[in-house]
Amino acid sequence: MSGIITMDDLTNEEIISILDDAERLLPVAEGRLHLPLLQGRILGNLFFEPSTRTRMSFETAMKRLGGGVVNLGDVKTSSVVKGETLFDTIQMVDGYTDIIAMRHPRQGAAQYAADSARVPILNGGDGAGHHPTQTMLDLFTIRRAHGTLENLNVVLAGDLRYGRTVHSLSHALTRFGCSVIFASPDTLRMPEEIIADLRANGAEVTETDDLLAQISGADVIYMTRIQKERFPDEDEYSKVAGAYKLHANDLDDANAEMIIMHPLPRVDEIHPSVDKTRHACYFQQAFNGVVTRMSLMCWLLSVPVPEDVEAAGGAL
Amino acid sequence: MSVKEQSMRRVTAIRNGTVIDHVPAGKSLSVLKMLGIEGENSNPVSLVMNVPSKKMGGKDIIKVEDRELTQNELDRLALVAPDASVAIIRAYSVAEKLEINLTDEVVDVARCTFSNCITTNHREPLPHRLVVTNRAPLELRCRYCGKTQEVDGLINNLL
Repeated sequence: MSGIITMDDLTNEEIISILDDAERLLPVAEGRLHLPLLQGRILGNLFFEPSTRTRMSFETAMKRLGGGVVNLGDVKTSSVVKGETLFDTIQMVDGYTDIIAMRHPRQGAAQYAADSARVPILNGGDGAGHHPTQTMLDLFTIRRAHGTLENLNVVLAGDLRYGRTVHSLSHALTRFGCSVIFASPDTLRMPEEIIADLRANGAEVTETDDLLAQISGADVIYMTRIQKERFPDEDEYSKVAGAYKLHANDLDDANAEMIIMHPLPRVDEIHPSVDKTRHACYFQQAFNGVVTRMSLMCWLLSVPVPEDVEAAGGAL
Repeated sequence: MSVKEQSMRRVTAIRNGTVIDHVPAGKSLSVLKMLGIEGENSNPVSLVMNVPSKKMGGKDIIKVEDRELTQNELDRLALVAPDASVAIIRAYSVAEKLEINLTDEVVDVARCTFSNCITTNHREPLPHRLVVTNRAPLELRCRYCGKTQEVDGLINNLL
């Protein structure tokens, strides 16, 4: 069994089908409807490095669908510190569970786990590698706002060099014909190999260091945090940190339907004044992680989501 | 005497074994390492390094006595000597000619060169798998982390 390790594991048709299922599951995710589609199933949550949203949303998703969750717990007190290999950990959890969600600091860990396991693996981030469930919830958020994934102008801003979220997302967006504009400081530009890949696939890609100039033409502005730990010293960090900030005053010329997204946590890149504007979408985006992961788990476990969820479900 | 004859006669003919010709100049030590031929316990081996070659400019030749390399062993050499020609020798005559095939995946030949790849933990037991993404020029990616590999780096990472 493999699971979802990168977005390449899904065709465009499968992506759309999973997003359609997620739409129908919204009342279940919101706690308005009881629909235990995954009753009796157990999710293994293996987070070898810290995570708040991803881990909690996987857990919430499984519990909303009536399933159970077992957690690795704190890595510092688990068998990992005793030197257990990932292979052995997976063999053990594979026997306890029906599906595994995993985050690991080493790149390639998710594929390695998938090659070791009987149950499907959902990659929740492997080093600077892939984070496909984040991409799926981002796509879900964009489609909810604009009614389509096709031919949108999407600005990705901030740390494009190290942010795995924007790497996967830009690939996925261009598969649906979106134009992507990369706005970043020179030191944090999107890696050349990714830009080359996108262009080789016929995508329209623009690079700029002027975020504000892109606001009026954007359908989506996807902000990212410039991470302190990526820099060798404080001076280097200070030079670029804060260079990419959005304030409500910057949004006067924005399209009415434009949405601002952020994978969270944010630091200074989105001023709280933006939260009250119609463009702020990041908290909704975080919620969407639950419903998208519900849909992904149903899909991987071959459990169909009923066409008429209201009729199939019951009161809580 | 032709260039070929001069090169081949630098060492004596072997009675039984394997001759690997057209190894890129200077790569024969890597080839020996990949075949597990090192130390005191191997069969007799003759090496000719950096001899002129019409086809390649310069080349190495390896003669391994009393050991017939299998196709599987030879395919491991695709990383360093993809164009090598191989002859199995029996009673001083060429009994069989073999070629090196580059398989779609190079398994347990070299370790991924990316320092943060999961496979850098030496205790992880799954095979090291490098997927061939292009044949000429040779391009490989680690099956696990997806990083493109420099062939020179892989040669330093032979298993």
